[in-house]
Amino acid sequence: MRLSPLNRRRLAIFCQHRRGFWSFWIFLALFLFCLGAEFVANDRPLIISYNGKHYFPVLFDYSEDTFGSEFLPTEADYTDPDVQKAINSRGWMIWPAIPFSYNTSVKNLSSPAPSPPDWRNLLGTDDQGRDVLARVIYGFRISVLFGFSLTAISSIVGIAAGAVQGFYGGAVDLLFQRFIEIWSGMPRLFLLIILGSIITPGFWVLLIFLLVFSWMSLTGVVRAEFLRGRNLDYARAAKALGVSDIGVMWRHILPNAMAAVLSFLPFTLSDSVTVLSTLDFLGFGLPPGSPSLGDLVAQGKNNLQAPWLGITSFVVLGGVLTLLIFIGEAVRDAFDPRRIPK
Amino acid sequence: MSSAGALLDVRALTKHFPVHAGIFGRTTGYVHAVDDVSFTVIRGETLSVVGESGCGKSTVGRAILRLTPPTAGEVWLGAQRIDNMHASELRPLRRRMQVVFQDPFSSLNPRMRVREILAEPLTNFGLARGASEIDDRVAALLDKVRLPREAMHRYPHEFSGGQRQRIGIARALAPQPDLIVCDEPVSALDVSVKAQIINLLSQLQDELGLTLLFISHDLAIVEHLTHRVAVMYLGKIVELADRRALFAQAHHPYTRALLSAVPVPDPLAKRQRMILAGDVPSPIEPPSGCRFHTRCPFVFDRCRKEEPLLRVVAERHLSACHLGEAN
Repeated sequence: MRLSPLNRRRLAIFCQHRRGFWSFWIFLALFLFCLGAEFVANDRPLIISYNGKHYFPVLFDYSEDTFGSEFLPTEADYTDPDVQKAINSRGWMIWPAIPFSYNTSVKNLSSPAPSPPDWRNLLGTDDQGRDVLARVIYGFRISVLFGFSLTAISSIVGIAAGAVQGFYGGAVDLLFQRFIEIWSGMPRLFLLIILGSIITPGFWVLLIFLLVFSWMSLTGVVRAEFLRGRNLDYARAAKALGVSDIGVMWRHILPNAMAAVLSFLPFTLSDSVTVLSTLDFLGFGLPPGSPSLGDLVAQGKNNLQAPWLGITSFVVLGGVLTLLIFIGEAVRDAFDPRRIPK
Repeated sequence: MSSAGALLDVRALTKHFPVHAGIFGRTTGYVHAVDDVSFTVIRGETLSVVGESGCGKSTVGRAILRLTPPTAGEVWLGAQRIDNMHASELRPLRRRMQVVFQDPFSSLNPRMRVREILAEPLTNFGLARGASEIDDRVAALLDKVRLPREAMHRYPHEFSGGQRQRIGIARALAPQPDLIVCDEPVSALDVSVKAQIINLLSQLQDELGLTLLFISHDLAIVEHLTHRVAVMYLGKIVELADRRALFAQAHHPYTRALLSAVPVPDPLAKRQRMILAGDVPSPIEPPSGCRFHTRCPFVFDRCRKEEPLLRVVAERHLSACHLGEAN
């Protein structure tokens, strides 16, 4: 794809923004690494060779009697010493780098949970004896995926709403603005607490609930861009050429409004991550037991005698948000028409 | 003037913009941008609408194209009345009337290549299908406006103002319209480029039999390409005449003042300037009687009370002035 000169210039500015540029690559590497969390931290081996046949327990479930007729036909528990002995006697298995999943209770802890970092649990365990590093990896993934989903969907809704408002203006705009003013005054945290007392919100319920409020963050910018854009001569010309309203919005105004929107997105993303962490910290977020950064912060707060919990959560959450903010700054600068690449 | 053979017939076109004030945004008045404007444009001719800024000439163009809905009046394109048509009915008719805007920098989408800009009307009205047919049509359009064919792969910002205006004209030509509204198409250009664009427009008119509604504030420009001229002041047409008649024997004092302001490229030429005192009155509360009476050097009592109507002062020459009117 050939980049337009404008986009090439933006890319150049982004690359020159050292801090943002490196943050972007670090974030991307961490994200891709955590996307494969199952292959990095899991309580199932990656590959088992048993009786000359290969098994991939990370991808497929096997019943325990696969590995010997003395076992029951239930799901295999690879942490069971008997199962391990049986497999090792007639084959071999390769474990992931961290042989715990986010919900694995580590057995034979050297000290009562939360136990401090050692060579087996590099970041220690939490108060339920689960490996903190594994939880951080899974937690990072779920936080970022949640943030991405929330940002993406609320951007689509927000852009559509802002576009309609700005393009049609007049009474539509007026009513919509008043609605947004009222709607944004709703206390979403309290509503979420009420919701949480009725049902246990899962990933999607939480996403939809937060979406109901977060779409408004972009409408203002998009509306302003469309109010400006609809009066530009090329938008008028398009109308005179018989282009439909949606065509004018989609092909003529939106591409020129996207600069303002895109420079907002990294900040929206970091907001989304923060919101999820806040809710998890308060206990109104993802179901109990889910790996999440907010849950880790809560554990750090409840177990001050185990500083590795608090420190880990601080470093991870602070790190993620810092990276996102740095990326956001670089993107914002890249879309700043007044900045000239050196 | 008969309306037979008229391509465009504008009858008592009026456009008022509401003025809002106060915390509740009550409508406290109206800007009388266009008031009771009527004229016809005959197929193949150029009618220029001339007036100073704020006189409503651009609004006339926009209202005809339905880019702003008119407040009252009728607009007929051929045998069809288009001012009250539903937007969906109007869309196919938009093929027949196109527009060239003043500012060649804002009238082209900076994110589209010239090919996409020119292909949009073609695909939109189903005039060309398939990439190769579009390429051919776009190339032909670029030829028409005397731009190199390679231009189609470039972005608008790679062109000069005059070249961009050519692209704008090519876009207007793309759906093969009958009527093109040129809304000050050369005001933003350098003098030498102005001449090129004016020449291009009159050549295209000859080649394609276009009908032009040419909106301008510059009588000197208009003189070169127009057949008839309508002079507007504060939302009203004050004089409407053939070019020759208007430039030789302007009737309305405002037209005469405008004509005397046209620069003459001869430093020794003796000129009688007719300089108007004061500013254009507010179009929110236009003056009573003749709208020009506040600045007219020949004002008399009747002008303040009674609004002059357009009347025939000579053959094919209308003027709205009480001067020389038989009582």
